[in-house]
Amino acid sequence: MKNSYKKFDGLAFDIINYIILTLLVIITVYPFYYILIYSISDTSMIHSGVTFLPAGFSLQSYKDVFALRGMASGAVVSLTRTVLGTLLTVICSTFFSYIVTKKELIFRKSIYRFVIVSMYFNAGFIPWYLTMKALGLRNNFLVYILPGAVTAFYIILIKTFIEQMPPALEESAKIDGAGYITIFVKIIFPLSKPIIATIAVFCAVAQWNAWTDNFFLVENPKLTTLQLILYNYLSQSQAISRASSRELTQGGIVRQLSPQAIKMTMTMVVTLPILLVYPFMQRYFVKGIMMGAVKG
Amino acid sequence: MQGIYSNKTNTKKRINKDGMYLFVLALPFVIAVFLFNYLPLAGWIYAFFDYKPGIPLNKVPFVGLEKFADMIVNSEDILRVLANTLALSFLSILASPLPVGLAILITEVKSSKFKKVVQTITTLPNFIGWVIIFSLSFAMFSSEGVLNQAFMNLGLIQEPVNILGDEKNVWLFQTLLLIWKTVGWNAIIYLAAISGIDSELYDAAKVDGAGRFRSILHVTIPGVAPTFIVLLLLSVGSLLNAGSGMEQYLVFYNPMVANKIEVLDLYVYRQGLVINDYSFATAVGMLKTIVSVMLLFIVNSISKRVREDSII
Repeated sequence: MKNSYKKFDGLAFDIINYIILTLLVIITVYPFYYILIYSISDTSMIHSGVTFLPAGFSLQSYKDVFALRGMASGAVVSLTRTVLGTLLTVICSTFFSYIVTKKELIFRKSIYRFVIVSMYFNAGFIPWYLTMKALGLRNNFLVYILPGAVTAFYIILIKTFIEQMPPALEESAKIDGAGYITIFVKIIFPLSKPIIATIAVFCAVAQWNAWTDNFFLVENPKLTTLQLILYNYLSQSQAISRASSRELTQGGIVRQLSPQAIKMTMTMVVTLPILLVYPFMQRYFVKGIMMGAVKG
Repeated sequence: MQGIYSNKTNTKKRINKDGMYLFVLALPFVIAVFLFNYLPLAGWIYAFFDYKPGIPLNKVPFVGLEKFADMIVNSEDILRVLANTLALSFLSILASPLPVGLAILITEVKSSKFKKVVQTITTLPNFIGWVIIFSLSFAMFSSEGVLNQAFMNLGLIQEPVNILGDEKNVWLFQTLLLIWKTVGWNAIIYLAAISGIDSELYDAAKVDGAGRFRSILHVTIPGVAPTFIVLLLLSVGSLLNAGSGMEQYLVFYNPMVANKIEVLDLYVYRQGLVINDYSFATAVGMLKTIVSVMLLFIVNSISKRVREDSII
């Protein structure tokens, strides 16, 4: 009697648990699914709205979005900053981490502390803004990639990783006469692949999503990122109709563009790269937070 | 004897040479950190001048602490943005047990496939930027959004409700968005903590007649408590960041909700770049940094005393 009650209790728990988690999955997925079906719907059939299935099928919205002024260059800027920014951060942070693991380095502790402490404060918005300006980074592509090149948090992770390597690896190379840079390039960097992959993934996502540096410091339309283009379109609904009608006359198209379809499609374009790489990168993300937890 | 000595000095010399060489290699990175993280501190000096953009600092009047006194003059605004900031922070702290709950629910799932699907999907929003989340919210919650359409079709409401312009519920709405974005990601660390719990404890609980609820209550929750407390302390340390920093509130900022969504960071940005009072904005930002660092030291010393371990 008591046993069967317990069994039922377990079953009820399972059912409720599955319901809660399924709901959570739906709440998470649906917004993405919605913009997907909206973006591939036929704009002439969309007026009644879509809920679960696309209304018709057309890739016209994608053509319209890519025909908008700035989109193509925005995609190039976003891709460039993601690739270059990630490379620079990975190389600088790894190399610096390697140097501070060397006991011979003079002022080793102070140098390490100097870098790590920077994680715990920031001077505030205006001093940051004025410094960037003074350093000539205003309207400069470098503002996207330089400030994050040496990131304290990544350095903690990489340093911990390098310190766990057997010192014998390095010593044998040293006996063969290899210098620090050779050892780093030939031994440390290749052996750090797991941590480098994790950091590269974090960094790439952060670069792709970044837009405030663009918003505050870069006005040059040639250097505008996809994220800021999307933000501008979203925050000024009028700009959408203005811009799209302008493109209309330019392209000689007479069909009316749907501002909502353009917004949704643009959002899809900006989200898609993350959605595509995410399933392959997920294990690195998880690894990253675990390693962070060691220190945190 | 002599051989040994000379050998020693040689090694020492060699270490010094290597040390210098490494120092030179490290220098560019140290300089970069100095330029991007420490040099802005020098900008605090603007808080003591009546700085106008475009005029060099030596040509503008030194005003001492006047800009700080302005905070008392503007105390109504300051108190408002402080209330917004603290309210959003407290709500996000209030929501901090949710990832623990999610981790427990995921652990209790028996099918490893379902487990993986739930974990993968719930973690995703953490990697979606705020601009995209704003667009998604617009599609879901604006007057023409899915939710209003559905409710109107069902006859639950007559007029569409603009949730994004609803001043009364903006704190709650923003917190829910933050939960949506972060709950899966924050659960990962608790999943790890739970998998680290000794399985003998569960066996012992079973022998003592504990069911699922009881073993969650008496084994799982105490097992994750230390992790929870560390993260809770850290979030108290970032009390002035309003849960997620300024990006979220910057994208969701609109005139209808401005009064309730303007957090401290957003206020500093608006006073500075929008209203052009650089010095006042610097003074407010400066106080924010000082209080934040103090908070961090306080929670760290609490942590040292209670857990006998530092969190920073």
